[in-house]
Amino acid sequence: MNTTSPSSPAAEHGGRPQPLLVVRDLKKHFPVRDSGFGGPRKFVHAVDGVNFSVPKGKTLGIVGESGCGKSTTARLVARLMAADAGSLVFDGEGVEEFRGLRLKDFRRKLQMVFQDSFASLNPRLTIAETVAYGPRVHGTPAAEAMRQAHRLLDRVGLEAANFANRYPHELSGGQRQRVNIARALAYDPQLVILDEAVAALDKSVQAQVLNLLQELKAERGLTYLFISHDLHVVHYLSDYVMVMYLGQVIETGPVERIYGHTAHPYTRALLSAVPSMDPAQRTEASPLAGDPPNPINPPSGCRFRDRCPHAQPVCADKTPALAVIRGDAEHFAACHLNDPASGHPAALKESIA
Amino acid sequence: MPAASAPSRSYWAIVWRQLRRDPMALAAASVLLIIVAAAVFAPWLAPADPYKASMIKRLLPIGSAGFLLGTDELGRDLLSRLMYGGRLSLLMGVVPVLAAFGIGTAIGLFAGYVGGKLNMIIMRVLDVFYAFPSVLLAVAISGALGPGMSNSLIALTLVFVPQVVRVAESVTTQVRQLDYIEAARMSGASAFSIIRVHVLGNVLGPVFVYATGLLSVSMILASGLSFLGLGVKPPEPEWGLMLNTLRSAIYSNPWVAALPGLLIFVTSIAFNLLADSVRSAMDIRR
Amino acid sequence: MFAYILKRLLYAIPIALSVTVVSFILVYLAPGDPLNAIAPADAPEEVITALRSAYGLDQPVPVQYGLWLMRAVQGDLGLSIATGREVTSEVLSAVGNTLLLAGVAALIGVVAGCILGALAGYRHGSWIDRLATALSVVGVSIPHYWLGLVLTILFSIWQPWFPAMGAGPGGSSEWLWDLEHFRYLVLPAVTLSVIPMGIITRTVRALVADMLAQEFVTALRARGLSGIAVFRHVAKNTAPTVLAVAGLQIGYLMGGSILVETVFAWPGTGFLLNTAIFQRDIPLLQGTILVLCMFFVALNLLVDILQPLIDPRMGRA
Repeated sequence: MNTTSPSSPAAEHGGRPQPLLVVRDLKKHFPVRDSGFGGPRKFVHAVDGVNFSVPKGKTLGIVGESGCGKSTTARLVARLMAADAGSLVFDGEGVEEFRGLRLKDFRRKLQMVFQDSFASLNPRLTIAETVAYGPRVHGTPAAEAMRQAHRLLDRVGLEAANFANRYPHELSGGQRQRVNIARALAYDPQLVILDEAVAALDKSVQAQVLNLLQELKAERGLTYLFISHDLHVVHYLSDYVMVMYLGQVIETGPVERIYGHTAHPYTRALLSAVPSMDPAQRTEASPLAGDPPNPINPPSGCRFRDRCPHAQPVCADKTPALAVIRGDAEHFAACHLNDPASGHPAALKESIA
Repeated sequence: MPAASAPSRSYWAIVWRQLRRDPMALAAASVLLIIVAAAVFAPWLAPADPYKASMIKRLLPIGSAGFLLGTDELGRDLLSRLMYGGRLSLLMGVVPVLAAFGIGTAIGLFAGYVGGKLNMIIMRVLDVFYAFPSVLLAVAISGALGPGMSNSLIALTLVFVPQVVRVAESVTTQVRQLDYIEAARMSGASAFSIIRVHVLGNVLGPVFVYATGLLSVSMILASGLSFLGLGVKPPEPEWGLMLNTLRSAIYSNPWVAALPGLLIFVTSIAFNLLADSVRSAMDIRR
Repeated sequence: MFAYILKRLLYAIPIALSVTVVSFILVYLAPGDPLNAIAPADAPEEVITALRSAYGLDQPVPVQYGLWLMRAVQGDLGLSIATGREVTSEVLSAVGNTLLLAGVAALIGVVAGCILGALAGYRHGSWIDRLATALSVVGVSIPHYWLGLVLTILFSIWQPWFPAMGAGPGGSSEWLWDLEHFRYLVLPAVTLSVIPMGIITRTVRALVADMLAQEFVTALRARGLSGIAVFRHVAKNTAPTVLAVAGLQIGYLMGGSILVETVFAWPGTGFLLNTAIFQRDIPLLQGTILVLCMFFVALNLLVDILQPLIDPRMGRA
């Protein structure tokens, strides 16, 4: 393993056009503690049949309100928890079959940066020790791992001579998040999952960390899975965007399509600053009100219909499928409005397929 | 950045500095140091042979010539016996806590890290021990095993293990859910490595605080077992046992009879105050 | 509420069962053949064999446990080796004395602890606060068997106010609620009361200080409520925690009484345990432990059930 240089092309099996990560029909249901005696066992459908892929060297942003399953999706991909169903293909290989050494190697190639910069650092270790831990686990000699940790700390903007021997409580939130980035990079990963990684930071610090992430991506050919509820941040960093609602994908596509040609009322509500092309609809496009419905008992048909300004009886009867929008093979949305054959009264007017 | 030039301190270094600045901790530690030193160096410091009895010199009062603290019911020098007695008394107070600290932390770490059903089973089994008041449990076990020092040590250890496990398990369960453990799991490191590097260091603190609090209880219980005749056997000097055998002398020489108990009390209160100081010194969140 | 009580009751059953298992195992912890604990040392071989089958000791251990449990549930805990009398009757007469001692000690400890703790909490940082804090440290650090001795020296030998030994004329069987008998109770009960007093003082002090610092109390005062009205609010809100702590402490009293009963020759279970241990009277040891622990389990259950009933925050759980 060449630990000093960024990911070497030889380590990649499939070549450029292949997606680095392909996720098929991912599902995770959490059992709910039943309140009384007996009764049927209930489940929270945290992730309910999610499909997506991330091309090499690109960033996929996953957005949605809290509880929509985006963080669970991240943890399933990272194999921090076991999925109930679905398949993961990483760099052309099925992840499910990974055991022992293969799993250890897969772990190295996929790293994660968490939202809580403090909780994600061991308070009893100096930051250099934290960064060096991963390479040590993978067999790098202690002294070499330490040298490498110092170089990485320098790279993420924490002058090692000054910071290496500090403890997490002696750093600011932004500095700690830089340590977490350095820790992830120490494994020389291919995919980095950024789970609300900048959400807890001040706006100015956020911008600095985002710039650092962009630089590192270009420099090391990294692929990002960027999870956030902040649409501006997602717009800035992502190449592709996936919008989730109650455990399901409701719209996905290239970033400029999602932001420019929104095809789902929920995405439109999230982006309520973006005006609709249709004057009739502009008046109705209200900002999102209320909370998402109880995920134990999601609504029938379209899960968004309770809060949707366009809801019609058909939305309760039929579940809309993800369909290609305006012939763009990369842009999908799940809404009856986009399907003239759906039976939705406003569908023809809205038809954009 | 004001902290930029300040030297970095590990958690334990901060705790240590905090303790050195606490007058109560210093006082309690000094008292304990004197008691421990008197016990350890008893062969060199004691003025007389603690086993040498004399029928004519029985129950001399405090301040008698040649017997600074008087003599016991068999005419043995009380000061010497108290110094030697500290050896067994401290040993019997401290060893069960150390043993329970080791065993309990190991079980608690395992149960907490594994989690799930296995954890639940372990904790429910240990709940049974909570159905016994601790003195009763200690007396029951050492009573059934039969009197003797090693049996009392076993009994006391068994009393403390479930308590330590409970603390270790609950802290481990909390720590296990933190993001840095998830980050460590993403390294592909073995469970053993993660527990050693990332869990243990963060669990040890609270368990250590709890264990220091047990020292005082353990001193009282261990001497109590000897007082009941369940621990150390005569003629060995041990504070609890001395308190028992001197009971017959309370009418003729009451204050001599009360001395061994005073030492148990002083040791126990010093352990308690030190434990309080350790608790507040370690309560510097993060 | 009913469901909660039912749940608590159901939870107590496995605990109570495991207490019987531990008590049963005690016999097997004892070194040597358990029969040695039952039969006289000089019994001839055929008597031993007869006893072995009479006690079911030739059966597998789980069967023995089952038989023992069946008898225990019916109130038969076997025969004492030392006295040859029924363990059940021995234990029951002693338990009464222990409960009397523990009850009075708990009363003293809880009342004194509450008063001291409340005063300390109200006058945070004053001399009475420091005194209460010091007393509570002493209370949890003092070997109570030694305190018993010191109290005997002070109030029985130096100033002969109270008797030092026993439970009064008539011994264990004839306790009467008169002054003469009460004098015998004073020293052991006061001695034993330090066990809960220290902890309860600490708990109440922390709770009261905490409560008074809270906004709703300030609001009550601002509305012109008198000190007594404020006190009633504080009392209502601290009562559940104090009850829980006190309940647990009363349980510890039943254990701690072993030592104090030995000091004062009080004819309770501690005295009985002492006899049992030194006469190697295992059936008596087993029976006493079992009965005491059942009381402890019942007490914990009672506290668990009472606590939500008096907790204003829980209303109906």
